[in-house]
Amino acid sequence: MYKTTYHRASSVDEAISLFGKSSEAKFLAGGQTLLPVMKQRLASPSDVIDLGKIKELQGVELSGDVLTIKAATTYYDIMTNADVKKVIPAIAHLTSVLGDPAVRYRGTIGGSIANNDPAADFPAALVALAATVKTNKRSISADDFFKGLFTTALEDGEIITAVSFPIPAKAGYEKMRHPASRFALTGVFVAQAKSGEVRVAATGASQSGVMRVGAIEAALKANWSPSAIDGVSISANGLLADIHGTAEYRANLVKVMAQRAVAAAG
Amino acid sequence: MSTVKLTVNGKAVAVDVEDRTLLVQVLRDHLNLTGTHVGCDTSQCGACVVHVDGRAVKSCTMLAGQADGASVTTIEGIAKGDELHPMQAAFRDNHGLQCGYCTPGMIMSSIDIVQRHGGQLDEATVRQELEGNICRCTGYHNIVKAVLDAAGRMKVSQAAE
Repeated sequence: MYKTTYHRASSVDEAISLFGKSSEAKFLAGGQTLLPVMKQRLASPSDVIDLGKIKELQGVELSGDVLTIKAATTYYDIMTNADVKKVIPAIAHLTSVLGDPAVRYRGTIGGSIANNDPAADFPAALVALAATVKTNKRSISADDFFKGLFTTALEDGEIITAVSFPIPAKAGYEKMRHPASRFALTGVFVAQAKSGEVRVAATGASQSGVMRVGAIEAALKANWSPSAIDGVSISANGLLADIHGTAEYRANLVKVMAQRAVAAAG
Repeated sequence: MSTVKLTVNGKAVAVDVEDRTLLVQVLRDHLNLTGTHVGCDTSQCGACVVHVDGRAVKSCTMLAGQADGASVTTIEGIAKGDELHPMQAAFRDNHGLQCGYCTPGMIMSSIDIVQRHGGQLDEATVRQELEGNICRCTGYHNIVKAVLDAAGRMKVSQAAE
């Protein structure tokens, strides 16, 4: 790791002010991605500004039809939260198959979506549930937030403060885990909103990061059941291909994981 | 340089380190607590697992500064004098190791697993929960046996306290 200067911010305002005083700062949440990347010398921020101890960024709130998870809440705290388990158990499940226990104690929802790894789990949940990303400046819909590989709508020095999820009628998430990295080889989040709208998002599949799967949405809108997806064919165009799986393999996984997710959602 | 203050195995310590220093480097290089190992250095193998404020985390993936003010327990801090922690004793009795390199991390993760699951542990759960700890010798069989054995012993020792 190259030299850097560490700062622990005690509030969002302090973090923003520290960012403004640094030449090439990065915000640090749980550090489960940023620190490995810095150790590999793929990133060399002049300053790291730790958001992990900011109280206003911690916790889960349930109000009416909306579940809000503050940005620096760890995966473990999300996974074990009684409100999350009760109103959107698919998010608790997603968190329980993310990383490993030690990573789940440190990694945060805000860190995951700010990084927007094309195989990360949370982007699929945000897109399928039509979540809203709250920052210190504004609210951004999940559709507008994710802009492609490792790219988001966040501006320099903008901090995610929370993610708000409308509580769905039904939701499920299933993924084919990469056995070593535990990232999604492909993961699919399916959701039926209380309005009846169906949204399906796949991660780990597209070359442009998280994507909606219109053909499966249409099939599930007509008939919410795993068998409704039997006749859907997913194109391999634009899908990721690497040593772990071809684009055709991932196209098939989108369908299979969607079926499993619908079965899990009930 | 910053001064990082920690409570390590019950003892208050203060170390002056560069800001890029990892928690595992403080433990090993500054405090000479070399029981905590660095295996992969890429957050995958779990040889460096220690408890920070009661949570089993990978000390190679945490800056020392992030741990400032925290209470850290390492493999050196779990025995009571000459009496091994029940998890250590179970690893010995079940031969839950061969070369021993992964063992400190295995034991620290396993204590956390038992604390979270209490008496509801079964073999499948132990195997799933140990996925962040890699062993290249044993095939895990005796490690899993040791954790299940220790789960019973830890219940007994808690009841005795």
